[in-house]
Amino acid sequence: MFKKNLKKNNVFVTYAIVVVAYIVVEALLLTGNMSSLMQGLLVPLCTYSLCAVGLNLCVGYLGELSLGHAGFMCIGAFSSAFFSVVMQDAITNSIVRFIIALIIGTAFAALFGFLIAIPVLRLNGDYLAIVTLAFGEIIKNVVNVLYIGYDSTGWHISISSQQALGLAEDGTMVINGAQGITGTPHDSSFTIGVILIIIALIIVHNLTNSRTGRAVMSIRDNQIAAESVGINVKKYKLLAFTISAAIAGSAGVLYAHNLSTLTALPKNFGYNMSIMILVFVVLGGIGNFRGSVIAACILTLLPELLRGLSDYRMLIYAIVLIAMMLFNWAPAAIVWRQKLKAKFKKTGEEA
Amino acid sequence: MAMLEIENIEVFYGVIQAIKGISFQVNEGEVIALIGANGAGKTTTLQTITGMISPKKGSVIFNGTDITKIPGHKIVGMGMAHVPEGRRVFSQLSVLENLKMGAYTRKDKTEIEETLATVYKSFPRLEERKNQPAGTLSGGEQQMLAMGRALMSRPKLICMDEPSMGLSPILVDEIFNIITEISKAGTTVLLVEQNAKKALSIADRAYVLETGNIVLSGDAKELMNNEQIKKAYLGE
Repeated sequence: MFKKNLKKNNVFVTYAIVVVAYIVVEALLLTGNMSSLMQGLLVPLCTYSLCAVGLNLCVGYLGELSLGHAGFMCIGAFSSAFFSVVMQDAITNSIVRFIIALIIGTAFAALFGFLIAIPVLRLNGDYLAIVTLAFGEIIKNVVNVLYIGYDSTGWHISISSQQALGLAEDGTMVINGAQGITGTPHDSSFTIGVILIIIALIIVHNLTNSRTGRAVMSIRDNQIAAESVGINVKKYKLLAFTISAAIAGSAGVLYAHNLSTLTALPKNFGYNMSIMILVFVVLGGIGNFRGSVIAACILTLLPELLRGLSDYRMLIYAIVLIAMMLFNWAPAAIVWRQKLKAKFKKTGEEA
Repeated sequence: MAMLEIENIEVFYGVIQAIKGISFQVNEGEVIALIGANGAGKTTTLQTITGMISPKKGSVIFNGTDITKIPGHKIVGMGMAHVPEGRRVFSQLSVLENLKMGAYTRKDKTEIEETLATVYKSFPRLEERKNQPAGTLSGGEQQMLAMGRALMSRPKLICMDEPSMGLSPILVDEIFNIITEISKAGTTVLLVEQNAKKALSIADRAYVLETGNIVLSGDAKELMNNEQIKKAYLGE
């Protein structure tokens, strides 16, 4: 019972941190104390935090290393942006439009997550990581050669060039190959991002503390033993991977609706991004969702804050990464933190 | 009618035939030992029975139902528990959580609590360490946990794969005493062991496996006095 309460408290601390951060940022915005550079970073911060939470479910609880989560983000981004661009005039309420776009983006990412998981989850360890990496790249490259447009005669789809579409004069391009989707309505905001993070946190916390969550964790700990106690290993692996991909997809939706031009570049949906998200997860602590959010925020802000130092900034970034890793996981640091925590608790009780 | 009937199973790993058509049966209340050297096919046989591998030919019949094609996770709910080789516990979950995972296929909470109490009675050390992560237990304790976890599904038949592997002689004695107790409490036991001497001392009947075939079978006490067995497995 005590342990259960403790866990619950921990969960609420996470929500509280997110809410407090939100209030602080809103206050800074209202009082005009935030630079436009920082304002531009707010939605990406939410995007990366969200994606890190999704990946942490896969890495921390399922115990499988996926290097393809940027690919799921890409699917979520493009499918939702596609919808929003086409329906821009039909649905004028931006919130309704965004919610439908979010559902579509998340569902598509989940669907692809599910389809990819069927062959991929037969592998494990390094092999699984390599194959997911390849899938992420395939998704990005396919999107780059996808041409979709419509005219009075209907929809045209091609994977070779704009000319091959054969659009009539009055036609409209929606996805223009490497140039991506232009004119996505600017529907996402920092508030929506924070709401999505909280929803994702509620989902993953409830999942991991449920019967299903315990089944997933037991598979991570020992697959053979899990099967021997009657857990359908395949089913739960698929389930966890699909949810993880869906959360990454919702991050993609948020990302897409913050930009007027959405392109699938190696920078935003390539394996570099997948690795970045993995770095957030590892530094924040595997299986620790709060840590994922915090690490994603710090590591996204850091390069921007260090911009003044120009050439040295990546050097400092690397040093901070190493320092964070040492502080987070060195046994001495953990003991020190526990001591500090105990001290706080004591003073709290006395007061 | 036998509780478990294995009929002429053949198992392949790729092109290599690990089991070359073996048949045997386990009756209710018995302790049956499958003994043999490394690579004889003991573990493969057990995994075929518990549904982790499917045989190319032959059938496995449990309580009158053909379970040959049923996946392993469903067989647990039918009353057959499997203690896998090599003390496979959920290392990051606590001892109590491990035991509760053992009752995964059961729904009634009060009944699960009752079973938990009986498991703690057989393994007092698990109760002492119930909040400890299972990965921090000693080898012997992990083996006990794996056995306790299997008992949590309240099986009619418990299949154990090398429970004595890597344990000190004192612990091996303790584990075998517990197996005898499990059997006395009414659970049928199918035991796969390399430690032929110990296995034969507690078993009712035994089958001797050699490169995928049953080469000898019979009453455990008689097998213990068999010259061939003495020479090959008991080192006398």
